[in-house]
Amino acid sequence: MSTGDTPKTPKLCTECAASKACIQRPYRGARLCRTCFAAALEREVHEQIVREGMFRAGERVAVGVSGGKDSAVLAHLLRVLNERHGYGLELVLLAVDEGIHGYRDDSLEAVRRHQQSQQLPLRIVSFEEMYNGWTMDRVVGQIGRRNNCTFCGVFRRQALERGAIDASADKIATGHNADDLAETVLLNLVRGDAKRLLRCTDAVAREPDEGAAADGRWIPRVKPLKCLYEKEIVTYAYLQRIDYFATECTYAPYSYRGAAREFIKQVETLRPRAIRDMADAAEQLQDTQRRHPSPVTGGSRVHRCARCGYLCSQPYCKACVLLEHLNEGTGSLATRRAGTRLGRE
Amino acid sequence: MVQVKLEFGGGLDAIVADRTKRLQVDAPVRTLGELITWVRRNCIREKHDMFAVSEATVRPGVLVLVNEVDWELEGTTRYELQPGDHVAFISTLHGG
Repeated sequence: MSTGDTPKTPKLCTECAASKACIQRPYRGARLCRTCFAAALEREVHEQIVREGMFRAGERVAVGVSGGKDSAVLAHLLRVLNERHGYGLELVLLAVDEGIHGYRDDSLEAVRRHQQSQQLPLRIVSFEEMYNGWTMDRVVGQIGRRNNCTFCGVFRRQALERGAIDASADKIATGHNADDLAETVLLNLVRGDAKRLLRCTDAVAREPDEGAAADGRWIPRVKPLKCLYEKEIVTYAYLQRIDYFATECTYAPYSYRGAAREFIKQVETLRPRAIRDMADAAEQLQDTQRRHPSPVTGGSRVHRCARCGYLCSQPYCKACVLLEHLNEGTGSLATRRAGTRLGRE
Repeated sequence: MVQVKLEFGGGLDAIVADRTKRLQVDAPVRTLGELITWVRRNCIREKHDMFAVSEATVRPGVLVLVNEVDWELEGTTRYELQPGDHVAFISTLHGG
């Protein structure tokens, strides 16, 4: 394809060869018109759902929503595909209020607008209620802006799961996209976390131990958008007029993930395929590991947190360890020892 | 001078003067690359690097659409602007 002079004639869609192309897709470089692009994206997400066996008829699915682009598109697509292909799912929107003034309160307004346009039930769970008054504003008040994303991430993950259990959901669907997965692969690599490196790209999270899902201790998480690029999601939202909330989190500029994100975006401009290739590499490693299990990457033992009963691999879950530190006023020390022990026990 | 309609999305509206999503401007430019340099100097009021780090191109992760068409199909920065063109800059960098 020539990228030289400004084209005099519009490029036509490589699929229908009739309409003007509106997007160059990053992975294989296909040029699609508005109609063929929307159809391709919806078809691919449907195929991903079917191929991975993400859902079963009759299930209640909690869709994690933040008001942002990915979850707005996820909720839209799941509703559309559920109707189109007769999945037989009951969809529930589930939002987490971390208690970040000027950020999450605004984004929850977007969530409520989505609820109106999608006509789906909405549940909101808050850090304030779940963690005894520890909103992120209060957490940052104690520990400062450094490492606060660790608290938010741990608390949010657990809040989403508990909210889903309360909603009697069978699955949690999240809007993680290909760019998110590439970031996570990179972060796990630089942290030297081989176990997470292998499993972070799973479209369907594996059961931590046998029977965990059956007795309601654990809810499978699925990522229907894992193969879509951020560029595709944002373009789809733009062309479909899906409105969403987009403001940087008040506390995010200091996050580790931001640096990874920056790097991934730069690599994408040079070689768009790189984003999907990173996640594919992690999947291939996982396939190899499954055929030749080794102690380094093998499964770890899972049990309940001795304090709150949440599933974890240490005596106490990470959220309880972090909370203990916050209550003791030593939150800024917690991220160094999280997951190992409680302050006084 | 070329008259173009600008649109800022995905959080970029927050760094535009007047925090506006839409602007109509007469810009003394010929190409999209020149427009980006001009917009960075004349329309963005803070955190300029969120829009463009260097001259003549946007920051990686900012989508550009010309009349609802991906600029990668239009020759990116070399695209020659036409009067009335609608240029959208949409950041994908903000989370939810």
